Amino acid sequence: MARALITMPATAQKGEVVEIRTLIAHPMETGYRRGDEGSVLPRNLIRRFTCVYDGETVFSAELHPAIAANPLIAFSTVATVSGMLTFTWDGDNGFAQTERVAITVT
Amino acid sequence: MKRLAAGACGVAVVGALVWAAVDALAAQAEGVVVNAAEKAASTPAADPRRSGFDAMTAELRAMQQDDASNPGMLWVKDGEALWNRVDGAAGKSCASCHGVATTAMRGVAARYPAFDTVAARPFTLAQRIDACRVRHQQAEPLRAESDARLALEAFVAFQSRGQPIAPPGDPRLEPFRAEGERLYRQRIGQIDLACVQCHDEHAGQRLAGSTIPQAHPTGYPIYRLEWQSAGSLQRRLRGCMSGVRAEPYPYDSQELVALEIYLAKRAEGLKVETPAVRP
Repeated sequence: MARALITMPATAQKGEVVEIRTLIAHPMETGYRRGDEGSVLPRNLIRRFTCVYDGETVFSAELHPAIAANPLIAFSTVATVSGMLTFTWDGDNGFAQTERVAITVT
Repeated sequence: MKRLAAGACGVAVVGALVWAAVDALAAQAEGVVVNAAEKAASTPAADPRRSGFDAMTAELRAMQQDDASNPGMLWVKDGEALWNRVDGAAGKSCASCHGVATTAMRGVAARYPAFDTVAARPFTLAQRIDACRVRHQQAEPLRAESDARLALEAFVAFQSRGQPIAPPGDPRLEPFRAEGERLYRQRIGQIDLACVQCHDEHAGQRLAGSTIPQAHPTGYPIYRLEWQSAGSLQRRLRGCMSGVRAEPYPYDSQELVALEIYLAKRAEGLKVETPAVRP
């Protein structure tokens, strides 16, 4: 199931600053908490988020234990050419999710 | 009583400034009824009922109102995928029978819980979804509080967003509604509290750092920050029960369904907010 939501304009004028918001379903388990049975819940975090646009990383972030579950990441970039934006979330236990969204620049 | 308090409210607030020691009633009037008094100035028959939304911070309200930042939308989107996915031995999806949810499910959640003729007892929306799965899709019912059940419930309830809660006038629901009201007023647990004591008699005041809401189930399933997840009204009710150190009723038990029926009646006319965000 698609467990990521990406909100951004489908079209933009060249040179325009566009706001991009991403929301992904993830428990962001810190590795410091204990479960009902008293055992430590294994760490399960998203470690890194990147956004690649036109072959260039326009935004990236490292995520840490203090970040809430289902993290919202909002940033902006300048619309240069029509094409795909690729969003990648990488994390513990081999977690990897990639979403692609097209933008048309006029 | 509330209406009288609203009328005298201007005085009550000034009184609160002058007299440091206000009695509990005035404190309540200050908390709950100031807004009502403001409304009363423009519309004489202002409704004293408030969604928990109104007591939230501006940041949380913004989070709920913007679908791009409301994490509850993750469940709604999941529910949309499940709605269209074929499941069970009958080889059907929800859409096979119901078609497009935006039209077919519009206003449906606002009418639940409703009486199910086949089972001869009232069903919550989640139970109705499960019954559909078993009867028509020949699929397994979904586990209470599972992501899939919450997602489908959120997706169906989302189609009623903005519509007034409209519990059916079905007379077969009446005994269950009465039972729900009885449970709402019954003291339970080691702390010996009834729902009514906090949510009617002290609504708008504070329990530790949190404002006590009037307990109108307007936005379920909600995304609750404390849970870091979406959750059902029954999870919320069970949370309150363990809070007063009572043994919570099990999920989908008759008692919890009866409480849901009573709460829906109590919130009649308030707008559906699903998926709501709560602190």
